[in-house]
Amino acid sequence: MSNLRLAWRKGLNIVMLSLTGVAAFLVVAVLFLILGFLIYNGAKSLNWAFFTQLPKPVGETGGGMGNAIVGSLKLLLLAAVMGLPVGLMAGVYLAEFGGKTFSFVIRYTTDLLNGVPSIVIGIFAFAVAVVPVKHFSTLAGGLALGFMVIPITVRSTEEFLRAVPGSLREGAMALGASKWRTIATVVLPAAGGGILTGMLLSLARVAGETAPLLFSAFSNTYWSPGWGQPTASLPVMIYRYALSPYDDWHRQAWAGGLVLLSLVLIANLGCRLILNRRGSFRSV
Amino acid sequence: MASSATIDNHAVPPDAGLRAFARRFRHGDEVAHIITLIFGAVILLITSLIVYELWINSHLSRAKFGLSFFWGRQWDPVFDNYGAAPFIYGTLVTSAVALIIAVPLGLAGAIFLAELAPRKLSDSVAFLIDLLAAVPSVIYGVLGIFVLVPLVRTVIGPALIHSVGYLPYVGRLFQPPNYGVGFFTAGLVLSIMIVPFIISVSREVLLTVPREQREAALALGATRWESTWKVVVPWARTGIMGSIFLALARALGETMAVAMVIGNDPKIVTSLLAPGHTIAAVIANEFTEATGDLYLSALIELGLVLFFMTFILNGLARILIVATERGGGHHS
Repeated sequence: MSNLRLAWRKGLNIVMLSLTGVAAFLVVAVLFLILGFLIYNGAKSLNWAFFTQLPKPVGETGGGMGNAIVGSLKLLLLAAVMGLPVGLMAGVYLAEFGGKTFSFVIRYTTDLLNGVPSIVIGIFAFAVAVVPVKHFSTLAGGLALGFMVIPITVRSTEEFLRAVPGSLREGAMALGASKWRTIATVVLPAAGGGILTGMLLSLARVAGETAPLLFSAFSNTYWSPGWGQPTASLPVMIYRYALSPYDDWHRQAWAGGLVLLSLVLIANLGCRLILNRRGSFRSV
Repeated sequence: MASSATIDNHAVPPDAGLRAFARRFRHGDEVAHIITLIFGAVILLITSLIVYELWINSHLSRAKFGLSFFWGRQWDPVFDNYGAAPFIYGTLVTSAVALIIAVPLGLAGAIFLAELAPRKLSDSVAFLIDLLAAVPSVIYGVLGIFVLVPLVRTVIGPALIHSVGYLPYVGRLFQPPNYGVGFFTAGLVLSIMIVPFIISVSREVLLTVPREQREAALALGATRWESTWKVVVPWARTGIMGSIFLALARALGETMAVAMVIGNDPKIVTSLLAPGHTIAAVIANEFTEATGDLYLSALIELGLVLFFMTFILNGLARILIVATERGGGHHS
């Protein structure tokens, strides 16, 4: 009886522990499956024209997503200009100045803002930047992405600032520097590399966002000069092409997906390798 | 971390009167403090503005339908009659399917990484899983349409109908018609998207469990699995729940991948293989085509509902995660 029970316990031990290994393997395998599918299907349709040309009308083969790639870059630039400074300064406040209660409130709100569904951010951008001027614009899209950049930047900035040893601050202050001087000339430079990589990561994350752009930047089949007109963007283009009934557009959607995924993964890979060397960093 | 915070608070003596304040002000400390504080307040402002805009812009719909919006089953732009029930149902069902697949998978994966794998392997796998979390949702949508939908239509769907479909009760969830698009496929895509969150957060929570807990269980003759399942996992229970809430909040709000495979049919049906609709998906699909003011207002009210659902879940998740990590710190 007791022998049987022991055998059962040992058997269960081996079975369950192996299953956990299988689970971990499956999840990692998914990443490689995704990469495999995109490379297999996307690489066929990638050529120079894809990066430089406008989309062709239905029925004509060829063309590219040049306008969407430029559009995405413009949107990211706007997001960086609008979101990063707010995130950086708020992060400095939390790490260097914040008291107890108000910092807690800001930190908590930041987490909640981070969790707001991207489609809701889209509605918000629509309400504040599209309705007043009555047309979709690159600016509205950049604003939507900017809102999403803020919470990620705040958290990474705060974390890297806190990782700066207190002795550096004390040293600077002992030399007579005021607090803001200490922060500006000693603490920020010491954490600078980490903060910059954190910012790049946050941009990489919003680069793939589609939902906030659907009714802010909208879409465009032509180049979008300036900042006041609707613009195509890579994610929205992929979405529309994938849902279309045309084989040639599906091909392009795969190619667009490959380009987008490569950009996002390379940015992530680079940043995380740098960050891992500097110490721990939590992304979620 | 704690030590630097203490230094911050005491670097400037708490109070040395007005003169000290004037001196610090001249040095720029107070100015810098106030400027950064304003940027912090901007975050509060944005978050409250989101609620405000959603509330104001959904006014028409709230005034017309009141609470009946939540159980109205009609979504009829032609007669301007809007009910959210099919979308709320679809959102909950797809998220439930996602959790049923992702929680066991994620928890098991996290256990492997935290308890069994050597630290180096564990870190590299966690690294790859973080990359998986970075894959844009539209990419999942593309793979969903072109890979999963045909797979469900031709292989997985029929297999489920012909096996589980005959069982009592559960069988009702797997009935034809099976077009490939629907609740099940959407849930499947969502499960892949949220697994990285569950693994990543759970692994970290499990790693905070003190080693003595494991050693004590093993010393009492427990097997490795028993020590993990009966001691370590219960210890980290709250944090793991937090990671699940976090993942659930993401699943509820996920738009693109779901919009591409859900089938866009606002109906409440029992079969998971049937096409359905979700809150986020209907907003994505119909927002730019919404012609009437009431139509737009109803869509925005759906956004408000979604906002509060994720708001509450995220709030709970953060509290749970912080609670366990602090709890772990006290005991070690």
